[in-house]
Amino acid sequence: MIVPRHYKEIPQRYRLQGNRCKACGRVFLPPRKICPCGSEDLEDYNLSWKGKILTFTIIRVPPAQFKYQKPYAVAVVELEGGGTIQCQVTDTPLEEIEIGKEVEIVFRKILSEGEAGIHCYGYKCRVV
Amino acid sequence: MRDVAVIGVGMTKFGELWWQNLRELYVEAALEAIKDAGVDHLDSMYVGCMTSGLFCAQEHLASLMADYLGQKHISAYRIESACASSGLAFRLGFIEVASGMSDIVLVGGVEKMHTGADATYCLASAADQDYEAFHGNTFPGLYALIARAHMAKYGTTREQMAAVAVKNHYNGSMNPKAQFQMKIDKETVLNATPVADPLGLFDCSPVTDGAAAAILCPVELAKKYTDTIIKVIGSGAATSTIAVHQRDDITFLDAVYQSGKKAYEMAGIGPKDIDLAEVHDCFTIAEICDIEALGFCEVGQGGPFSEAGNTALDGKIPINTSGGLKSKGHPVGATGVAQIVELVEQLRGTAGERQVKNARRGLAQNMGGSGGSSVVHILEVQ
Repeated sequence: MIVPRHYKEIPQRYRLQGNRCKACGRVFLPPRKICPCGSEDLEDYNLSWKGKILTFTIIRVPPAQFKYQKPYAVAVVELEGGGTIQCQVTDTPLEEIEIGKEVEIVFRKILSEGEAGIHCYGYKCRVV
Repeated sequence: MRDVAVIGVGMTKFGELWWQNLRELYVEAALEAIKDAGVDHLDSMYVGCMTSGLFCAQEHLASLMADYLGQKHISAYRIESACASSGLAFRLGFIEVASGMSDIVLVGGVEKMHTGADATYCLASAADQDYEAFHGNTFPGLYALIARAHMAKYGTTREQMAAVAVKNHYNGSMNPKAQFQMKIDKETVLNATPVADPLGLFDCSPVTDGAAAAILCPVELAKKYTDTIIKVIGSGAATSTIAVHQRDDITFLDAVYQSGKKAYEMAGIGPKDIDLAEVHDCFTIAEICDIEALGFCEVGQGGPFSEAGNTALDGKIPINTSGGLKSKGHPVGATGVAQIVELVEQLRGTAGERQVKNARRGLAQNMGGSGGSSVVHILEVQ
């Protein structure tokens, strides 16, 4: 089941609520208790909703939960002000997705789980 | 620390084995290894398996496998590190023998993947579940992210990646235990059904059932069982960032680099001293990144290095003589020890048509997930 676990991740998925290391400046989503640099001095930080594509793929053989969405693109996005995320690219023709393109983060339904079809929401990006 | 030898190996045929279940696969490989070694008892056992819980709804493999192997009172452990599970099982068995705690240790690996379970979903559990898999990414997708970044940064081409699949299928065509014993050409790879762009079906290792096993003992004791002593001269394991997007350099598998560095240092040798290697080619791009991180070629040059034939059976450094994960098959939890099986056959000189001439030292590199963990072993025939 994803839904009971999804509830815990809502601050990250709805608001990009992560944190930033005060020692080295690295930004994390989800937030970490300790930075790889060794510092435990981290502050709350909401990641930017703007960024650019570092790399991407087009998923043509998805897991069952995503079968009605295929084909869809998944990208690594570097956000302005720090932090990287992995998310789907939406509202963009697949052939227009390229490394380096600027994107904005948008709030979307990610999947629906089980026979009840409970929706799980989160972030995707779209090329601007 | 005592010197440790591999004195026996066993392996099932790899493939789509609907007529064999999880325990039968494991016991077949384990019995073959026990008979190959000629030992009459085991002190301890490590079972590598990634996700029998998702594929077969079966956990507690230490008990199940010891029971069905007729070894119900030995100490046994199930080891999980995604696709590096049995590479790590091998390392733990090595440590147990080296430490003096045990003399005869069986290290094995098994995965039963053809069960009707959604393999793409099961395998995605090796990724960051909440921050990669939740967004619909898959294992081919994660390596596709790496591949596209590698292509953009170093100019690696699809043709260069295809050369890896063509070479591994050629090697696998001579391995009677391989899942796909057929040769393929470059066009087959390039024109295959796309799975996760830029990777197509023939860039991906298959879904496989299978098991592999090896017997470890102190070198001093090994002389009682065999004249061909194959010694473990290096062992290294490392972890790295689990999620692809959080890595400093998406194109570099630093867990592979770190595990290789540790194994080389322990052996007191470098990549130039290795005669052949089995590396974790779960995808064609993975073999390219592996050989870069292990120092067989310059970083960024894995593509042209492979395309030029350096990694072929008669090349500078033969890679994946067994056919690799691509052709031999990839029962995820069994792969690490299956690599050891190939090295032992090569070092014994019993690899038949795919024998590398004068093979004295072999390296095995087994990777978990998209590079979140890696384990390297170096074996030398004495």
